Amino acid sequence: MGAIVQYIESYLSSNQTPGAAGNMFWAFVYIMLVFLGLSVAVIAMNWLERKILAHMQVRLGPMRVGPHGLLQPIADAIKLLLKEDIIPSEADGLIFWVAPFVVVLAAFTVFVVVPFGPTHAITDMNIGILFMLGVSSLSVLGIVMAGWASNSHYPLMGALRSSAQMVSYEIAMGLAVISAVLMTSLNATGTGTLSMIGIVQAQLAQGEWFIFKFFPLGLIAFFIFAVAMVAETNRAPFDLAEAESELTAGFHTEYSGFRWSLFFLAEYSAMIAVSSIAVTLWLGGWLRPFPNLLSGSAWSEIFSLVPGATFLFLAAMCFYNTVRMPKHPYFRIQTIGLAGFGVVLGLIGLVLFIPIVSIRIQDIFWFSAKVAGFMYLYIWYRGTFPRYRFDQLMRMGWKVLLPMGLGVLVLTAVVALLQPYLWHP
Amino acid sequence: MTDPNTTLSHLDLETPEKPFLDANELVINMGPQHPATHGVLRVILRLDGEKVLGLECVIGYLHRGVEKIGEHRTYTMFNPYVDRMDYVAAVSNGLGYCETVEKLLNVEAPPRAQHVRVILTELNRIASHQLWLGTHALDIGAITPLFYTFRDREEILKIYEKYCGARLTTHAFRIGGLQYETYAGFEQEVKNFLTFLKPKIDEYEELLTTNRIWVERTKNIGKISAQDCIALGVTGPVLRASGVKWDLRKAQPYANYKDFDFEIPTGQNGDTYDRYLVRMAEMRQSVHIIEQAVSALPEGPIMAKVPKVIKPAAGEVYHSIEAPKGELGYFVVSDGSTQPYRVRVRPPSFVNLQALDVMCRGQLVADVIAVIGTLDIVLGEVDR
Repeated sequence: MGAIVQYIESYLSSNQTPGAAGNMFWAFVYIMLVFLGLSVAVIAMNWLERKILAHMQVRLGPMRVGPHGLLQPIADAIKLLLKEDIIPSEADGLIFWVAPFVVVLAAFTVFVVVPFGPTHAITDMNIGILFMLGVSSLSVLGIVMAGWASNSHYPLMGALRSSAQMVSYEIAMGLAVISAVLMTSLNATGTGTLSMIGIVQAQLAQGEWFIFKFFPLGLIAFFIFAVAMVAETNRAPFDLAEAESELTAGFHTEYSGFRWSLFFLAEYSAMIAVSSIAVTLWLGGWLRPFPNLLSGSAWSEIFSLVPGATFLFLAAMCFYNTVRMPKHPYFRIQTIGLAGFGVVLGLIGLVLFIPIVSIRIQDIFWFSAKVAGFMYLYIWYRGTFPRYRFDQLMRMGWKVLLPMGLGVLVLTAVVALLQPYLWHP
Repeated sequence: MTDPNTTLSHLDLETPEKPFLDANELVINMGPQHPATHGVLRVILRLDGEKVLGLECVIGYLHRGVEKIGEHRTYTMFNPYVDRMDYVAAVSNGLGYCETVEKLLNVEAPPRAQHVRVILTELNRIASHQLWLGTHALDIGAITPLFYTFRDREEILKIYEKYCGARLTTHAFRIGGLQYETYAGFEQEVKNFLTFLKPKIDEYEELLTTNRIWVERTKNIGKISAQDCIALGVTGPVLRASGVKWDLRKAQPYANYKDFDFEIPTGQNGDTYDRYLVRMAEMRQSVHIIEQAVSALPEGPIMAKVPKVIKPAAGEVYHSIEAPKGELGYFVVSDGSTQPYRVRVRPPSFVNLQALDVMCRGQLVADVIAVIGTLDIVLGEVDR
């Protein structure tokens, strides 16, 4: 017993991720936490997307289930789980059954290397970024399987479209990633890194997020990635695979209930995954904003208050809306629920002010906040843009983003070589 | 070019295009329950990959026998039925029918009635174009304009509701004029609506007109030449976007359109983008017409002298108006009884739909959706 406790405690003094430290217990805990966090994030994202999109479109969005529709995602999840499990009689049963799991597996596995903080990752691989790109592109396999196994025209076309799309945008994405990786090698030893944690630490060491590095080269690379990642996750304006007006629902037309919800889950976790890549590579990962403009311990103190303040603000929003709830007895439970939600958020906020917690949670907070920014962008795109046509999408991938990516890569390399002569005579 | 005997020989609609490299062509059935077919249109697409080799429309899923019903109802009783054809432009349908019967009876609605008719019909044109814009943009993937247009269309429906109690199938006009006098504050409300609407049209345009993706999705898509339009009998904004300045409000003025000053917006390319621009400009022109009509609303009776039982002398008449979707014609034959001997409707949607094959050949599947949207068809009118 003592040995086990010691095994568990031994990790606390180490300065590594549980995977790197080889501690099974903490690795398991982290996996559970990431899985839980991801599920909560998908549920929250479901509600937020519907609400934000609704407000962009001058409507209210879900309002019935729970206060301001807060319980709508849960109601939807229950509905999906209770639905009859349908496998079309003409479908290829086994592949039809396996496909959603392949997609979900690919979407979840990438989170093994996502660095929420210097030690807050399940593991730190020395090929982290390659692992992420490789595994996330496996989801295309699941999509093709789903489209093929459905044995129906619309899913087949949806699957063909999305596989072609994902494969071609991956190249532009890869080129943008390489140019960021190249920037990590601008140190005394001249060796770069592919490790996700290493990339953020390189940004810390160079005192500059890679989005601002070699302005505007870093920005262009980031832009290429930002476009490619929307295409990669099949979201508007690149949501051809599931273009509702053309292909009814694309590759998951024949899916329903639980299997469909797996596709849904995978789509949203893939969005979070690619956003985390973008945050890690260009936006300084877990680093707080303005690390060198607003430096000094005083600023660090102030920024360490932000997580708690954010939760307090959310709690205040809840209380404000509690007051605004209709006074009719019909809404009493909802009002109490909203107030209770506010209390929970407020308590979390207060806990976050405790220095020992705040120190540990800050990294995760900044990382999540940046990813949340990307999530908002996704919703914003969906509310604003029409959908590209397939050939236009391909043209953009191959004729615009690919040459741009190549150019940025070459220019980054040239500037990096010349840098000692240009900036440090 | 304007030769009415233009033939379609150069189009060769009979022989299908061959698929590339003798690949198997894919036949896809789109509809009648497809989300983008605006009702119950069924399109059988023959595809080579994503390229359209040809298509065939199957219609009739919404056939209610409106024309046959007309033979068994009196002239007055048939009036509400026409609202059910193009239900998003019910007022225009009613105007066409009432004017046709008035022509048969040789009566004319009094000036005040004419003015109110023009105001309501032009409001209806705006409402119809708003609905078209919302659904068309939705088909191309922009979901937000739909909610903007529906929000503003609501204001028009409110005016209708206050005027005659109904919102969609209004039955606003009667043979010989109007049943209802305008309600108190009608003019002011219409004027308020116009000041409300003008910036909203800019708002729609802001989202789409210069949007790169929108332009790429609509420019040079579903092109149709003026010659083909005329040969196929296509009318309305689709014809005008191909560069033909043909608007029945100017060409054969009905109601009292000749009293108003307005332009006929035309396009040059006859593509989806031009049709979009033409319709946006038409909404602005409608605003302009309503402004003139509402500020010069004459006093006087609203009903001409029409007998209680309408019994036109034996004869026939064809009368057409410029409905939001094109030429809406009524051919009514009277045998001297209280019921029409025959009512034939020339619906713009039905005729315009025939151009779908011409416009879609050689385009991609995604463009078929865009073209169905840009034709602005209402299946209630196609099938009647």
